[in-house]
Amino acid sequence: MNNTQLMNNRQERVVIKRDKYENIKKAWYKFSLNRMSVVGLAIVCIVIFLAVFQPLIAPYPEHVGAYVNFKGASIAPNSIYWMGTDVFGRDIMSRIFYAFRGALTMGIGVLAVVVPIGGILGLIAGYWKGKWISTLIMRVTDVFLALPPLILALCVCAILRPTLFNSMMAVCVSWWPWYTRLVYGMTTTLRNELYVKSAELLGASKRHILFREILPNCLGPIFTKMTLDMGWVILTGASLSFVGLGEQPPIPALGTMVSDGAKFLPAQWWIAIFPALAIMVVVLGFNLMGDGVKDMLSSEE
Amino acid sequence: MSKTILEVKGLKKYFPISKGAQKGMFVKAIDGIGFTIKEGETLGLVGESGSGKSTTAYNVIGMYGATAGKMTFKGEDISQSSSKRATKFKKEIQIVFQDPGTTLNPQRNVKQILTLPLSIHGMIDKNDPEGQLIQLLEAVELPAEYLYKYPSSLGGGERQMLAIARALSTNPSMIVLDEPTSSLDVSVQAKIINMLLKLQKQHSLSYLFITHDLSLMRNLATKVAIMYLGKIAEIAPVETFFAEPRHPYTQMLLSAIPVISEEEEALKQTKITPKGEIPSPVNVPTGCSFNTRCPLVREECFVNDPIMKEIASEHFVRCHLI
Amino acid sequence: MSDKIVDVRNLHVWYRTFAGQVKVLNGVNLNVGKGEKISIVGETGCGKTTTVKSILRILVKQASIPKGEIFFNGRDVLKMNKNELKKLRGSGISMIFQDPTMSLNPVFTIGSQMHSVIKYSGQPDAEKKSVQQELAVKALKETSMPDPERILQSYPFQLSGGMRQRISIAMSLATPRDLVIADEPTTNLDVTIQDQVLKILKDRVEDKGSSLILITHSLGVARETTDRIYVMYAGSMVETAPTGELFKNQLHPYTQALMDCIPKLSGGGVSEGIPGRIPNYLNPSEGCRFAPRCPKAFERCQAEKPEYKDVGSEHQVACFLYY
Repeated sequence: MNNTQLMNNRQERVVIKRDKYENIKKAWYKFSLNRMSVVGLAIVCIVIFLAVFQPLIAPYPEHVGAYVNFKGASIAPNSIYWMGTDVFGRDIMSRIFYAFRGALTMGIGVLAVVVPIGGILGLIAGYWKGKWISTLIMRVTDVFLALPPLILALCVCAILRPTLFNSMMAVCVSWWPWYTRLVYGMTTTLRNELYVKSAELLGASKRHILFREILPNCLGPIFTKMTLDMGWVILTGASLSFVGLGEQPPIPALGTMVSDGAKFLPAQWWIAIFPALAIMVVVLGFNLMGDGVKDMLSSEE
Repeated sequence: MSKTILEVKGLKKYFPISKGAQKGMFVKAIDGIGFTIKEGETLGLVGESGSGKSTTAYNVIGMYGATAGKMTFKGEDISQSSSKRATKFKKEIQIVFQDPGTTLNPQRNVKQILTLPLSIHGMIDKNDPEGQLIQLLEAVELPAEYLYKYPSSLGGGERQMLAIARALSTNPSMIVLDEPTSSLDVSVQAKIINMLLKLQKQHSLSYLFITHDLSLMRNLATKVAIMYLGKIAEIAPVETFFAEPRHPYTQMLLSAIPVISEEEEALKQTKITPKGEIPSPVNVPTGCSFNTRCPLVREECFVNDPIMKEIASEHFVRCHLI
Repeated sequence: MSDKIVDVRNLHVWYRTFAGQVKVLNGVNLNVGKGEKISIVGETGCGKTTTVKSILRILVKQASIPKGEIFFNGRDVLKMNKNELKKLRGSGISMIFQDPTMSLNPVFTIGSQMHSVIKYSGQPDAEKKSVQQELAVKALKETSMPDPERILQSYPFQLSGGMRQRISIAMSLATPRDLVIADEPTTNLDVTIQDQVLKILKDRVEDKGSSLILITHSLGVARETTDRIYVMYAGSMVETAPTGELFKNQLHPYTQALMDCIPKLSGGGVSEGIPGRIPNYLNPSEGCRFAPRCPKAFERCQAEKPEYKDVGSEHQVACFLYY
């Protein structure tokens, strides 16, 4: 009896492993059906790679800091400085690579806070729809939805010091309601599914029902929204740094670089245009990925 | 003489209509029914859409609380909804629904699905939890390798067997089965019904079995009750129900079954063609609710609602003609 | 051959998925004569819906037809262009689906939907509203619908399942068709309504002289409604015979097992079912697809695929037991 059980256990572990690989392969297949999503994924991977390995890859990593070289200032793109230099003589390309760090940090940081909080509130409000707790949460959500993110961020940063962290906080405050709304909508439908009712009838705890029965079925739209939101949050971050909030000089930020360079259009166009293109490429990458993520997580057999 | 497990008396379930033209009125899904189920017995519940058979099942399992009337399980009152009942009833009475595709969470694998009821009621075997699950799978003839599979990779019949395994996991005394094989192929149905009968014998289970397939009922039930618009028209032991039905509705239904051989044709009741449509459960006709379609309708049927009469041992009919 | 409305020969259909080609249909042979009513009986996944969808050329884009031919009224369906297919679906063949909520558009009234069907049918004067209304009312009357004018003004959600299915039948027979295909039309309906609907379908089809392909998984329904039955398993026809003959004399082990599984009104318990599962269509065996589950299988069955053989009285079987 013991031997067969041991054998069974080993067999099962092999079975689990096989299943995990199969899931990943299937997910990739579904994702890659859409060519543009693969392009988007490639863009995002390149951006991440550039951000992480910036000190090793960028031609002039020291230009990120307080570097000044007026002799080499405002040089048009050439073979030495592929994207030209700005008024301080700093290589624009190296600074863009570094600025990707701030952008990605903003995206990841904001979502890491907003998704769990918004999601949990949405689960609670959706499951107990009709009760006072649900009404309370949703009305508060409505209020926050009415606040424009940029203006709120301006106020917060005006009161506190303008730093990356503070602008992230400000964006968080206005971003969480969207996830609450999303999860609320899905939970109100899912709570009527028979498998949820079955779990209730079996006597499962509310915690189990919310997090083990309902939440796993919401992950598809949540992840899709997160992918698209990365682009939006980065754009919002760039808007904030455009008006001088967010990271302060000399740390490069994409928005700041655009606003600094805007004064020199159209003659020294490269100072503003390359950072602007960088913003566009990053956002585009995430948006293209979003479609593929949606396909990947949809359960069409 | 086996003891009575479930006793239902005067059960009513009304659903208020909250919007639209009929606001303030009620959908009388169940309007006063009563029956008993003994240990090891199968009560078959038959009826068309709107008859209230599913609502009855849902009341017994506790998805709804009764509007009026009383349900007793092993002597204790279970008239309330599941959330208000004691935990022990949640493991004593289990339910298997019709569509296995929607009763199993697509994001949970077999192991998680089967572990849930065990962990809620503290029934996990700490020494060998996996072995316990494998034994459950074996009881429904599913292979042990299925433990880490997801419902989407199982066929319809296998999913239903998994649902049955889940219902069995807590060693219940009674299982409610709401059309468990209606969406399955005939060969799969045969396998599942066989298994259910085997399990019933092994564990002295009682079943409340709902189906519209009368031929299946013939081979499965101990007693059959036929419902129409929220009330029971006739209850009888299975052979009597099929050989000597007394209620016109029973006769009508039995005459409409598609069969596959001449001998069976001979066993069927003479064909009675129904007239008219089924009335809505909101506007139940006064008098006997079957009076819009009954071929033998009389004046009395439009005035008084007939009461249940016992015409032979365990054979009850609700009709003015008896 | 030319008097056959539909002639399907050795049809193979494959679906492309991430795991490879799923070989659903494995050589389907089927024909329907003028005015003949046949049914395709088989269990879930055997390919009945795929077969009829191939006739109408409404398969999904991942499907391909590597082998086989389909003829409708003598013309090759697989070689038809878009316009010919439109005519085929507009006036040659009509289809009744299992779930009437899927074939009836919830945002249009019944009347407007029936008018569209009549308008595109290629009938004389079909563009005139008065003609459309007249034909629509006539069609509804023929399916015993009470108060046709009021029904035409209603929306689908206001009507019951049985009524919606009767409307689907009316829509498919509103204009003359050579062929009506009904895919499990009564599976979701109550027994008495099912009885009514099937009778209406059968009578109307006979009146118009159309042919009928009825798909069902219930042998009882097939027996009451059609003249000839095709039994299908895992992508091909295993047996076919006129209804009376099939019920008297089942030759293929699958047909026998299927009959056995049906609960009998006379009591006597329930059979054991058929052991095993339907085969994996991804890498199907070269031999008979039923062999792994067949109680009478022998060596030859695993290696070779049996051909259709005539065994007399219009009865054909694909099984090595008979040759």
